[in-house]
Amino acid sequence: MGIETQLGNNVLTTSLEKLVNWARRSSLWPAGFGLACCALEMIVAASARYDMARFGMEVFRPSPRQADLMIVAGTVTKKMLPAVIRIYEQMLEPKWVIAMGACASTGGIFDTYATVQGIDQYLPVDVYIPGCPPRPEALLYGIIKLHEKIGREKLLER
Amino acid sequence: MDLATVVDRVKQKFSEAVLEVSSFRGETTLQVRPGDLLPLCRFLRDDPEMAFDFLIDLCGVDYLPREPRFQVVYHLCSTRTRLRLRLKVSLPGTDPKIASVFSVWKAADWMEREAFDMYGITFAGHPDLRRILLTPEWQGYPLRKDYPLRG
Amino acid sequence: MGDNNTMILNMGPQHPSTHGVLRVILELDGEVVVKATPDIGFLHRGLEKLAEHKTYHQCIPLTDRLDYVAGMTNNLAYVLAVEKLLGLEVPPRAQAIRVLLSELQRISSHLLWLGTHAHDIGAMTPLFYALRERDEILFMFEMICGSRLTPSYFRVGGLAQDLPEGLEEKAREFARTFNARVDEYETLLTKNKIWLKRTQGVGVISAEEAVNWGLTGPNLRASNMAWDLRKAMPYSGYENYEFIVPTGKNGDVYDRYMVRMTEVRQSNEIVRQVLEKMPGGAILADDPKVVYPPKDRVRESIEALIHHFHLASDGFPTPAGEVYASIESPKGELGFYLVSDGTNKPWRFRVRPPSFINLSALPVMVQGLLISDVVAVIGSIDIVLAEIDR
Repeated sequence: MGIETQLGNNVLTTSLEKLVNWARRSSLWPAGFGLACCALEMIVAASARYDMARFGMEVFRPSPRQADLMIVAGTVTKKMLPAVIRIYEQMLEPKWVIAMGACASTGGIFDTYATVQGIDQYLPVDVYIPGCPPRPEALLYGIIKLHEKIGREKLLER
Repeated sequence: MDLATVVDRVKQKFSEAVLEVSSFRGETTLQVRPGDLLPLCRFLRDDPEMAFDFLIDLCGVDYLPREPRFQVVYHLCSTRTRLRLRLKVSLPGTDPKIASVFSVWKAADWMEREAFDMYGITFAGHPDLRRILLTPEWQGYPLRKDYPLRG
Repeated sequence: MGDNNTMILNMGPQHPSTHGVLRVILELDGEVVVKATPDIGFLHRGLEKLAEHKTYHQCIPLTDRLDYVAGMTNNLAYVLAVEKLLGLEVPPRAQAIRVLLSELQRISSHLLWLGTHAHDIGAMTPLFYALRERDEILFMFEMICGSRLTPSYFRVGGLAQDLPEGLEEKAREFARTFNARVDEYETLLTKNKIWLKRTQGVGVISAEEAVNWGLTGPNLRASNMAWDLRKAMPYSGYENYEFIVPTGKNGDVYDRYMVRMTEVRQSNEIVRQVLEKMPGGAILADDPKVVYPPKDRVRESIEALIHHFHLASDGFPTPAGEVYASIESPKGELGFYLVSDGTNKPWRFRVRPPSFINLSALPVMVQGLLISDVVAVIGSIDIVLAEIDR
């Protein structure tokens, strides 16, 4: 967005910022990226009891080109890594990444030859959600934290 | 039909193939000479009294530093007699090779590929022996005892 | 491009309908599948090698993460194998609770299967209904052991702790209302014309082929082969309960659906029977070398604390030898082949993964079908990638 660089940092751009951030965080569409056990808690978070739809997020897009959020749910193995990075690159800006669970954050209990020790070695992660697997409420809490983070973003930086 | 009868019939027909019979916790294991594995498996599946129609599991084991280093272990089960039997063949550490049992039980397809992937054991006669769980360019055989845990 | 005017299409590993990270390379003639080659290993975490570096008790949480949809049954198969290796007898109350939780787990696994399978074929409503019931079961698991998905509740020799108060009531209430819920799902699908057209005659496999390919579980039973380890080679007290083993006639996707729906009702029946006949008594075998002392004694007595510490840090030694023990998990025959060299860590920890072997028959089942049928067949086999790839 180029117009705000001309206008500078004043009331007009901060209000615009608030509006844009509100729009972005209220309808974050996740790319369905369930890899392992955490994917089940992600599916349950979208179901009726925990209900991600109240955040506007129940539409898990199969195609990364229509998604803004990648929830890496599960262990990333060395064989899967190129696919993860390719999907991340296929997503359009602005995009965010949540590392859900212990395996996506740090490799979890699998400190072995085939596991990537944390997806943050390859992708910029915005929120880490610990747990093995984290409860659906923990995922929702992580998403709310991401919403707060998006609310603090400056237009000029994105 | 019980396991003792099965072992007797096998020893009758394949007297030199069976190197050792052992029993532990109610399970019977036959140590088989590698060259005789395939005919023995065919007999166990096709003979109407043996009727071992299920190949339940096929895996490799690494006994480093003992020689012979590798073992391939076959678990069989019969739906007719409800008996289970274990067959083992011992293979040397350098260039371990054994006949594939794919022609007897198709279930061996992916299991032999996995044993090849993890241990480097070659199965002669397998239609498509390539790595299954790791990337095709992977170097080394992870489940061998001299392969480090963290790679 | 393939030869002879065929097209190669890649499905996965990131795909909404492959139930995880499965890649299927389809060779197509128009929309008809000429050859399907599954490519797996995208979730290979090195679990079997990791287990060789852990004591026998420490391996129990690893088994949770195998078939993550059915954690309790994985735990059960593993502790049965270790108990067979040690020659340990488990008291009847522990056996009954194991059966209760295994059957609840079977219901939970089949419900998730139903929801995702129906969702793949296009029916979105059963997913929400099935997850509603599944959440009730997971709530019960959380009451018992604190975790919904990865229980690690069974121990070598019995259970970690006894059932909490109020659980039997809750389970009884669940069993009372569950059959009506299953009727709800069936009204949505069983006689639905779209469902019938998409599932009948699709993905057929005959009984001899199924046995030769090593299929087990509902996939085998749908091909008219009545083989269920709970009846054929009973374990953990299953011979004390009455239930039928459903079979299908044609071995197609519809039959696999019907077999699982009937199994769910039968599991509910077993749950009811276990609750009626629940014996009292100890929940842990009496073998101090192997079994942890009860937690309240650990907090009070120094000897129990030292005992607990030794077991937790060093594990227990085992006789040298090898065993194979298996159970009827929701996916098929789940077995563990353990080789012990006499120390406190397994020398070889082999998982006999039912989904791995069931999936290897996929190319046979989808030959000559359309792409959308491939999705239906993959769903009907009921795979869990973590069990396939370990």
